[in-house]
Amino acid sequence: MANSSGMLKKIRLAALAAIAVLAAGYGVFMLGAARQSNLGLPGAVKIGAPFELTRMDGSHFSSKALAGKPYAIFFGFTNCPDICPTTLLEMTEHLQALGPKANDLNVLFVTVDPTRDTAEHLKLYLSAFDPRIIGLTGTPDEIKAVAKSYHVYYEKVPSTDGSDYTMNHTASVYLMDKDSNLVSTLSFQEPQEARQTKLENLLKG
Amino acid sequence: MLKTSKTLKTSLSLALAVAGATLFLQPSIARAADIIVGDLVISKPWTRVTPPGAKVAGGFVTITNNGKAADRLIGGTAEIAGHMEIHEMTMDGGIMKMHEVAGGLEIKPGETVELKPGSYHVMFMDLKAAPVEGTPVKGTLKFKNAGETKLAYDVAPLGAKSAGDMDHGKMDNGANDMKQMQDHKHGQ
Repeated sequence: MANSSGMLKKIRLAALAAIAVLAAGYGVFMLGAARQSNLGLPGAVKIGAPFELTRMDGSHFSSKALAGKPYAIFFGFTNCPDICPTTLLEMTEHLQALGPKANDLNVLFVTVDPTRDTAEHLKLYLSAFDPRIIGLTGTPDEIKAVAKSYHVYYEKVPSTDGSDYTMNHTASVYLMDKDSNLVSTLSFQEPQEARQTKLENLLKG
Repeated sequence: MLKTSKTLKTSLSLALAVAGATLFLQPSIARAADIIVGDLVISKPWTRVTPPGAKVAGGFVTITNNGKAADRLIGGTAEIAGHMEIHEMTMDGGIMKMHEVAGGLEIKPGETVELKPGSYHVMFMDLKAAPVEGTPVKGTLKFKNAGETKLAYDVAPLGAKSAGDMDHGKMDNGANDMKQMQDHKHGQ
């Protein structure tokens, strides 16, 4: 009887020790995860590079025009049923909420599907959103270069019968300061208020 | 006596008129009734206005399987679309991924599957006409076991996040022109 109670005590101690080890491990793991999910500043990684694209009115657009003002840049395509119109609409609402301050911000929407998204088509599609959003297209090579410099991933996904395709692509909105440094990102998965605050902070510089 | 009867008549016809008006108004207020096909209950089909020139739109619906065997949503049609596919959208490390659901979308016995923005949806492709708010989009859904059923998708505004979403923006801090829609505010 005394023996079995001693045994029980040992088992209990071993169990406690195991739990402590697991908890410590979990804590370290969570710290790592928290650090990874901190998108604050990318440090050494330079996001974005000078680019030349085509505006939706067909005129030439150079990233030099962005100098001196913060900007938001995101990528998508018009054959997108969900996230692209949602992001464009959210951006429209953010710009409206910013009021006149929005004039100190450039907002760029770059297509990752330049074959279908001609300047003309982009212009039509974007007419549903805030006119301050600048739609940009280009040659497949130009788009590829811009996307690469912003670490944006995109790929064509053919439909089963091969007659059509959709696109997978990075959905984040990159917030860049007036010197074209990445400051933060917006995600459609975060609350609208949080995104608005980030935009206001971006404008405060 | 005559007077009373006249008053009675007036109030009766008034009551009838009110009842009639209520009945008449009802369909525009109430959601379309659930559709029952085999063991499946199909409710709240909806889609939303697309930006001009859009070639695709997402359709959303809730499907409950009250049967004892799994069923699969394998296809369907929409009168505004050249063809329709069943898609899933997922987010993977900031990348939006879209793919056709191979073999159809399974609805397990006793389960409810909600097709909604950011998740499963029917994809209206090769749009022939744009969805118009207030004009339901007619179509069909085809299930492996339960067969095919007709349905009509209610059309919500551009960017709506749910069927009753008249105020997708939830912006209370900005004086914007979405304000007038806010009396339809809903909890999300």
